[in-house]
Amino acid sequence: MSLTIEQLEERVADLLAEAKRLGASAADAAVSASAGLTVTVRLGEVETVEHNRDQGLGVTVYFGHRKGSASTTDLSSAALKETVAKACSIARATSEDPCAGLPDPELMAKDWPDLDLYHPWALSPDEAIDIARACEGAALEFDERITNSEGATLSTEEGRFVYGNSLGFLGGYPTTRHSLSCVVTGREGDAMQRDWWYDTRRAAEDLAAPELIGRRAAERAVARLGARKLATCEVPVIFRAETAPGLLRSLIGAIRGHAQYRESTFLLNALGERIFPDWVRIHEDPLIPRGLASAPFDNEGVATRPRDFVRDGVLQDYVLDSYSACRLGMRTTGNAGGVRNLAIDSSGQSLEALLKQMDRGLLVTELMGQGVNPVTGDYSRGAAGFWVEKGMIQHPVEEVTVAGNLRDMFQRLVAVGTDTAIPGSIRTGSWLIERMTVAGN
Amino acid sequence: MSDNLRIARQTLLEPAGLTEHHLREVMERLTGHGVDAADLFIQRHRVESWLLDDGLIKEGNFSLELGAGLRAISGEKTGFAYTEELTSENLVEAAVSARAIARAGRSGRLAVGRPGALDPLYPPDDPITSLPDEEKIELLQTIDRTARAADPRVKQVTASLAAAHEVVLVLDDQGRLAADVRPLVRCSVQVIVEQKGRREQGSAGGGGRTTLDFFLEEERALGYAREAVRQALVNLEAVETPAGPMTVVLGPGWPGILLHEAVGHGLEGDFNRKGLSAFSGRIGEQVASPLCTVVDDGALPGRRGSLTVDDEGTPTGETVLIEKGILRGYMQDRFNARLMGVAPTGNGRRESYAHLPLPRMTNTYLLGGDHDPEEILRSVKKGLYAVNFAGGQVDITSGKFVFSLSEAYLVENGRVGAPVKGATLIGNGPEVMTRVSMVGNDLALDPGVGTCGKDGQSVPVGVGQPTLKVDEITVGGTAL
Repeated sequence: MSLTIEQLEERVADLLAEAKRLGASAADAAVSASAGLTVTVRLGEVETVEHNRDQGLGVTVYFGHRKGSASTTDLSSAALKETVAKACSIARATSEDPCAGLPDPELMAKDWPDLDLYHPWALSPDEAIDIARACEGAALEFDERITNSEGATLSTEEGRFVYGNSLGFLGGYPTTRHSLSCVVTGREGDAMQRDWWYDTRRAAEDLAAPELIGRRAAERAVARLGARKLATCEVPVIFRAETAPGLLRSLIGAIRGHAQYRESTFLLNALGERIFPDWVRIHEDPLIPRGLASAPFDNEGVATRPRDFVRDGVLQDYVLDSYSACRLGMRTTGNAGGVRNLAIDSSGQSLEALLKQMDRGLLVTELMGQGVNPVTGDYSRGAAGFWVEKGMIQHPVEEVTVAGNLRDMFQRLVAVGTDTAIPGSIRTGSWLIERMTVAGN
Repeated sequence: MSDNLRIARQTLLEPAGLTEHHLREVMERLTGHGVDAADLFIQRHRVESWLLDDGLIKEGNFSLELGAGLRAISGEKTGFAYTEELTSENLVEAAVSARAIARAGRSGRLAVGRPGALDPLYPPDDPITSLPDEEKIELLQTIDRTARAADPRVKQVTASLAAAHEVVLVLDDQGRLAADVRPLVRCSVQVIVEQKGRREQGSAGGGGRTTLDFFLEEERALGYAREAVRQALVNLEAVETPAGPMTVVLGPGWPGILLHEAVGHGLEGDFNRKGLSAFSGRIGEQVASPLCTVVDDGALPGRRGSLTVDDEGTPTGETVLIEKGILRGYMQDRFNARLMGVAPTGNGRRESYAHLPLPRMTNTYLLGGDHDPEEILRSVKKGLYAVNFAGGQVDITSGKFVFSLSEAYLVENGRVGAPVKGATLIGNGPEVMTRVSMVGNDLALDPGVGTCGKDGQSVPVGVGQPTLKVDEITVGGTAL
């Protein structure tokens, strides 16, 4: 690692001073540096060894209520000056916007907990290769129908960043992230199916065992062999846990302040409205130790805190930064930069229980494409998964679509499973939705 | 080319106090025993963008990325390192990291690119300075006024203008030095309309490897504004889309995203070398109807997906992928070409110096046929006329692909009827192309808005096609 937190802090201070010198009435700046290693092993042989080393700085300046931004990967002091100058020249061309500016100084995080996000992994390329090899090896050995591979990839990264603004806020901390993934291909006759699994964590000791990840990838690929289409029908659908985060992301997109003030959302003015059945609770906790999305302050320096977005099925809060909050006459929710460690509570059933409850329908394990209209909530995506009858999986399914409208899908949420052990920062079990249109033959 | 080399030296080397001599010294450290191929890629990428929203010029942003990526290849192994500080010491350090891969290397022959001096496919001018800031702002404001004036139901207008200037220099282990200076501009308009409480959106845009004056010519930018409004108003009337298999007529231009997803990705060299594509090992086989000839051509002047040389210094050109339905070839970068024993096709592309090159599409399109588009529509008893699409995705191994309708109409007895809501179409790449039964004489390329993602890397691409009739494809609607 080249730059320490202190050195990054100095750069931020330099940026803010330069902005002030050029006449900016307010400014904020972020500087980051990271280093990492990524190795991929395919069919037992090393495929790539990549050494990553990134750095960058970004600055936003305000001249009254006009704003300009600039960023660069060049941290030299000459580049720093040029970047601020460029942001200032842009600010002179943008419009006067009463909401443009830094947040209320009262909201700045004052002191914050150590969220335990930094666990460097001193890993040599050879050790990394061994881990990736073990992961892919377990996948290749899992079943004789696993005939090919896109490989297993191990990556480890450590980064540091500092954010500061002209309200006097200056904060930063180091983080680490380690990931292991595996993608393999199964073959039966002429048909090939690929599938994957992965894990990603702040600390290497929390990563799932390489063999487990490999076997899971292989198990998923093999399970898809022999997939067929379905006849077009209207049936209940289970989004298995790994496909459910997308539904939560669509919800968050719809309740973002930006979508609300622009009136470009299917949940317009839905605050206080019952948008889910009354047992549903959806919340974020930015302060989870070692959380993948944990952060003690948001991208504007505002203190973060746990928050229910949906409680008793009722929308409690929009997702706001200071700009969108101002536009809506509200107060920022500390969500500049997004939501952190989002979760939906389970209604208590295991996936098996959900299958029984569904009785006959489609279990979706993969979604394809971008077919979600954020303005209307119309939803239509490519899907693969399994056909279920009498609560039991019958055969794999592919080349179908699942369609509906997100407003209806949220209302028709019957249950959320206890199977929440999915990788990533969103915690959810499988979703059982009462009815959707499945298009096939 | 020599002009591009001069610009690249001035832009990338001189400010860092580097000379070609330094680069060759670094190359010596990168190559040597066990290294079969290597390259050094230096890039400066400047992007300026402006956003109008709510009638205000809300945001302006400028970014500068500068760095060098060093790659050493040994057999099928690749070592890679990059640096954002262009000093001899940093480059040597990166070279040492990258070449560590070669410990157990073996020798092999390099694939050599297409020879010949080249005329650049676009001007080297910096589009960021091609218009004064005031005129950029005025352009966005005119778009806003035009969209709002087009119809009282327009509630929101968002317009963006982006200009990028990229200078690249590639030195390979054979001592060949190539440079490219690439302008890229894009203008996008999105509108929200409202009628009796129902809100819909429409969007349009365009661009290419040129300067910002492009948007002032022929009132192009205003055309995007009017087109976005027209599309949004059409969507206000949209009815539920039928679900299930049906005949689909695809309009010309941007619907060529069908080819990009259905066949394009499956014909990239890396997937085929590894036997992971539904098209692997099928060269010479019939994979599409005899009406279909599909090419990838990175050498179209000024197009968004075009490159004078690719990111490995190989000149681009036309690569025939499918000829009259027969699979003819794959798109190759140097690495996969060498391992497959074929010539690189100028398809080696990378998002930046911090990413490894991959075989990628440039401008992919299907050649025109004999039919009048009207005649194609008249031949449809019951089906869908799909004019515009939002995006797509493919699983190259199973061949399954999707793409999302953003403007489509029901067709009954040869007549175009009511518009339908957006829905996903899903099919199997190698199958769907065999069901192309009519090809129009109206080949068009997209307006210059496409971005393709692969392995986490985004690159600008183009697509195109004439009006096409596909006899059966599954439509992911909601109406049974």
